[in-house]
Order: sequence, then C-alpha cells, then structure tokens
Amino acid sequence: MAVDEKQLTEDILRLAATDVRRCMQCGRCSANCPEGFKMDLLPHRVMWDLNSGHASELLEADAPWQCLSCMACEERCPRGVSPARVMEALRLLQIRQQGNNKLPAESVEHYPSDMPQQLLVAAFRKYNK
Amino acid sequence: MIYNYYPGCTLSTKAKQLDMAARRCAEVLGFPLVELPEWQCCGAVYPMAPDAIAERLSAVRALVAARENGGVLVTLCSACYHVIKRVNHDMATNAEIRQKVNNYLQLEEPYAGETRVLHYLEVLRDEIGWEKLAQLVSHPLKERRVGAYYGCLLLRPGAVLALDDVESPTVMEAFIKALGAEPVIYSMRNECCGGYLALKDKAQCEKLVSDIKNNAASCGAQELVTACPLCAYNLTANGAAGSLPTRYFTELLAEALGVAESEGGAE
Repeated sequence: MAVDEKQLTEDILRLAATDVRRCMQCGRCSANCPEGFKMDLLPHRVMWDLNSGHASELLEADAPWQCLSCMACEERCPRGVSPARVMEALRLLQIRQQGNNKLPAESVEHYPSDMPQQLLVAAFRKYNK
Repeated sequence: MIYNYYPGCTLSTKAKQLDMAARRCAEVLGFPLVELPEWQCCGAVYPMAPDAIAERLSAVRALVAARENGGVLVTLCSACYHVIKRVNHDMATNAEIRQKVNNYLQLEEPYAGETRVLHYLEVLRDEIGWEKLAQLVSHPLKERRVGAYYGCLLLRPGAVLALDDVESPTVMEAFIKALGAEPVIYSMRNECCGGYLALKDKAQCEKLVSDIKNNAASCGAQELVTACPLCAYNLTANGAAGSLPTRYFTELLAEALGVAESEGGAE
C-alpha cells in the first residue's frame, strides 16, 4: 500500500509538536545522544528525513525504540527543536495501532525482585499501549 | 506553609529508604510533609504528545488536591517531579490541554496550573537554606567524597523544570557540602543511566552506568547520591560490583542529622 508521505509527515509533526523545520543539521543532538551509537538512524538524520519527505522510512527505523527520553537532545539543540518529541511521535504512531506493542508483558521473562515500579511503569508506557 | 507531599508508586514500596528518611528529616527541619490523602501513580514518564490527555489526569488530580490545601506540592522522586511539574506547566500554558483536562475532570473550579511544585531539594535550598542546614548537622559526614548523580529527569528540560542550571547544577553539591562531606564534580553527573531500557536491553544499561561510575570514580568519588529510584536501581545493578555504593540523598541527610534509625541503606 502506498504511503501518503505528506499525511504521515503531518501526523508525526502534530504528535511531536516541535518545529522540526528549524533544524539546521548541526548534529548536536546526535553527538549528545547516549544511545546514538546504537541507533540505525541518528537523531539529526531523523530530522532530515522528516524535512525532506521521507517520513515512511522512519516507521521502519529502530532508533525510536533506543531513545531514552533523557531530553539531552532537546536541551542542547541550538535551534530549540526537540528530537525527543519526534521519537515519541514515531513510537506512538506505531503502538497506538492494535496488536503493535513492542514489549508485551508476557515477553519479559524475568523481573529482578528489586526492580522498582517506576522502571516497570516507564518501560511499559514507552513500548506499549 | 503546608507541604503537601506526593510520594509516588516507588517510594511506598521499593524506595522506602528515600521516603522514610525524608519524612523524618522534614520533621526535624521544621517542614513536616503532609501526604496527600489520595494519590495515583504519575505515570513515571511525561506524556510528550499534546493529545495524550488521559496520561495527564493523575498528575492533575494531585495538583488540584494540593491547590485545595495551600497550593504547594513537594515531591522526592525525580520522575514524579518531572512528570507533575511538566504537566503543571502544560495546564498553565497550553489552552487546548487545559480545556480538555478540565472538561474531563469537571472540577468546581477549573485547574490552570496554580499549584507550586517543589522538589525536596528546593525546599532545603530555598526555604531552609544551606547555612541553617549545616548548623543543624550533628553528625557531619567528614572525609567522605560524594558524587551527586542528577541523571536526566531532575533537570531537563531546564526551561520548564528550572530546578537548577541544567549543565552545571549546584544544588546537590551544596547539599553534600552542608552535610560536611566533600562534593565531587564529574562530567557525567547529568547523563542518562539508561532508564527504562533496563527491562529491554540490560547490556546497554551496563555500558552507560559503567561509563558514569568510571567517570565519577576517576574524579575521586567514593559514593554516589541520587534522588531517583530508577537511577538508584540502575547504578546499583550495573557497573563493577561493590564499586561506588549509591544511596538516596535523604539517607545521607538522615545520617548527618542523626535521625537515621535501624533501616539499612539502599545498597
């Protein structure tokens, strides 16, 4: 099925609520990202794809599932853009579809007994709906 | 002033040390914490999407309860502070979110971000003051080199949380100093511990935490303090075993004030 790139871009931007067009591709977000070296697409590349009509590629990317929402990219962006919010939008577009949870509870084999609730709630909220 | 207190899910269970020490010290320091009679989990992560209304409700309920009882809400856990303060900011500045949340809650008086959200550290800094705290210390933590681990949730985004300078924070170092210990400043004190990734990719947390601990140790830290139960868990479960014990900042406070009782540490 052909993806309507324009519609998809609009959906992502609406959920992200950050002005991606201000991005100047300096790469500071990627340099600051603690997960950058594990990402298949670095944050500044995600911004680039979004600005150049390649939004559908982003739904295939693993990068949003590596993002820690630590806000380093947003805090340190010299242009006031929040790649973290775009990552959140990319996650939501996927997990809001039924049967698309990324970390179903039954897939987690072992919970250490001292693991805090805060961690469990956070993880299941980020990866599931 | 009434210090309404929102403990959050983890402080009632896995992070009791953080909670108990804080309550006892607050009594000694003259700002007894009054736990909200009813509260729900804040959700642990801030809902960034503007259309995520349901995810904001529990934070708003706590904020409204605090508004009805003096207007101040104190939190201890970095995640609760982060979520509740950001949702409060949304309620004050985002008309659409405000309207939708109020339509749902049907309050007698609509909520528009009136409550002041304070972290316990802010109360110590701004209401008690470091000088007075230092005077009240009966068991100074002499010759201890303590690294403050801020993590990410306590400081960012700086424009909303406004707890401290996001890149060069001083609040926890000033706290450590007031307790008689020596604060150790290291560059990774505000970098992420891996957070919720611990459930999906433990090896990755291991790497991030090792980097943080190695950095702190190389700068001379002998122990770390944090305000976040998730950071405490990751910092304890990862990195070289036995290296750099991590404790909650309130445990050190209780120790220095001489109100530590038989409960063990967070090791």
